[in-house]
Amino acid sequence: MIREVAIVGVGWSPFRSITPDLSYKEMMYEAAVRAYEDAGIDPRRDVDSFVTVAEDFNEGTSIFDEYTPDQLGGALRPNHTITGDGIHGLAAAVMQILTGHFNIVVVEAHSKASNILTHPHILAYAMDPVYNRPLAFHPYAIAGMEMRRYLAETGTPLEACAQVVVKNRGNARLNPLAAHAADLSVEDVLGSEPIAEPLTRLQCAEHADGAVVFVLADGATARALTDRPIWIRGIGWANDTHTLESRPWGEASYAYWASQMAYRMAGIKSPRNEIDFAEVDDTFAYKELQHLEALGLCRPGEAGWWTLEGATALTGEFPVNPSGGALGEGHLLDCTGLARVLEVVLQLRGEAGPRQLEGAEIGLAFSWRGVPTTSGAAVVLSN
Amino acid sequence: MKEFVYNCVSLSEEDFTQGRVLFETWKPVARYAWDAGIAIGRYLRELKNGRLIGVHCPNCGRVLVPPRMFCQDCFVPIDGFVPLQDTGTVVTFSICYIRWDMVRLEHPLIPAVIAIDGASPGMGILHLLGEVKPEDVRIGMRVRAVWKPAEERVGAITDIRYFKPIE
Repeated sequence: MIREVAIVGVGWSPFRSITPDLSYKEMMYEAAVRAYEDAGIDPRRDVDSFVTVAEDFNEGTSIFDEYTPDQLGGALRPNHTITGDGIHGLAAAVMQILTGHFNIVVVEAHSKASNILTHPHILAYAMDPVYNRPLAFHPYAIAGMEMRRYLAETGTPLEACAQVVVKNRGNARLNPLAAHAADLSVEDVLGSEPIAEPLTRLQCAEHADGAVVFVLADGATARALTDRPIWIRGIGWANDTHTLESRPWGEASYAYWASQMAYRMAGIKSPRNEIDFAEVDDTFAYKELQHLEALGLCRPGEAGWWTLEGATALTGEFPVNPSGGALGEGHLLDCTGLARVLEVVLQLRGEAGPRQLEGAEIGLAFSWRGVPTTSGAAVVLSN
Repeated sequence: MKEFVYNCVSLSEEDFTQGRVLFETWKPVARYAWDAGIAIGRYLRELKNGRLIGVHCPNCGRVLVPPRMFCQDCFVPIDGFVPLQDTGTVVTFSICYIRWDMVRLEHPLIPAVIAIDGASPGMGILHLLGEVKPEDVRIGMRVRAVWKPAEERVGAITDIRYFKPIE
């Protein structure tokens, strides 16, 4: 990159299935205060720009940009809100720093999923209104169809998908931020009620509320602020065609292109050998496997067997979702990608507590925007 | 100009009802229940009690209303809730002849920002004015809250019916 960019501060409001005690503003404030304390900055004096990630339909408020500045310390400063996943927001902040006009930029995303009373309706609204939505099946069936095609093309067994759930919700037991830690068996997962076959209920991430804030800085500022900056080595994003009729159902091509962009920027030629661990979207269990393959971390058809052998476990050769992922932490709507990045930062700093990985130096975070999208974003970080 | 006018006819209602024009409709169901949180939750509870409250910033010393858990200027947590008067001064107002859904009103609504007595200068709440002729409203007018009876109050901004001029 033409200018170095680092994450110098992280903050959060813990992920919980409901948060009736706090408004979304108070949740954002809690996360922001932690991030600014962590970075050692005063937002009213030091921050050049604020980027938030929010979707009006998730908030229940149009033009949500208007409601973000106060609780971040951003009043009368440059602010903008983008719709997308949290890592898209991170990319926006990186680009602002690369312009040379901004030295310290804040990124925020949050979820108040528990406040959406008609979530199936909001999700259905993402379907094409003229030639898809009238068919009236739940959009999770898109995941069911994709999962079936992925399993058929790669020969991945159902047990491998279930093992992803067992692993991730198990990892979450070691993560105090996680909302959905559980001690499950493969039989529990496969025996839970069908949602959209072959997808069962326990293979779908449940929602959670929470907020994440990052402070980003250019290289010189980062070194002045902290002796443990976490460097953003490469970042990328990509979308495939939206059409359900002609997308490549077996593979996550958006993940391939997003990660290739990030790897190119980071100078990574062999991701499997150069990256130590990954936080990868697991909104549906099979997605973790499909994404690992698209991200070039193993060959097509290999991720399931890899998982069954324990290679992606906390103690395996290539840990995946040590945080518990979205299955274990909870799906945080637009904030899900920032939760993936948060874990990478904590691991690279050596602050992951009982789930700390040994000698982690380079980590990858990858997010997907959920059904029915083909919207993905990847970021490579190092300590 | 004539060469730019295409040889066509305009659409009629019949074109839709008789299926000559094809279309699809959908009725969105977007329902939410927003957690009010600590500051606004307390504000709503006090409205139910027939009281207005603000918060105090320990840094700039201002009394802020509506309540929030932090001062957006100083970015520090507030250090307490402060009782306020239910009287104030009109900062600005409008005479509004349309309801929120564009229905034209014979008797206009008078939305106003009212700087509340006991809060810092410039700190007000948004409400409506009543018991006043539109032509008599002025910036700087002194007004007082007209509350619903206690048994009708539910903990909402509408527990105040409107503000009326102080004689």
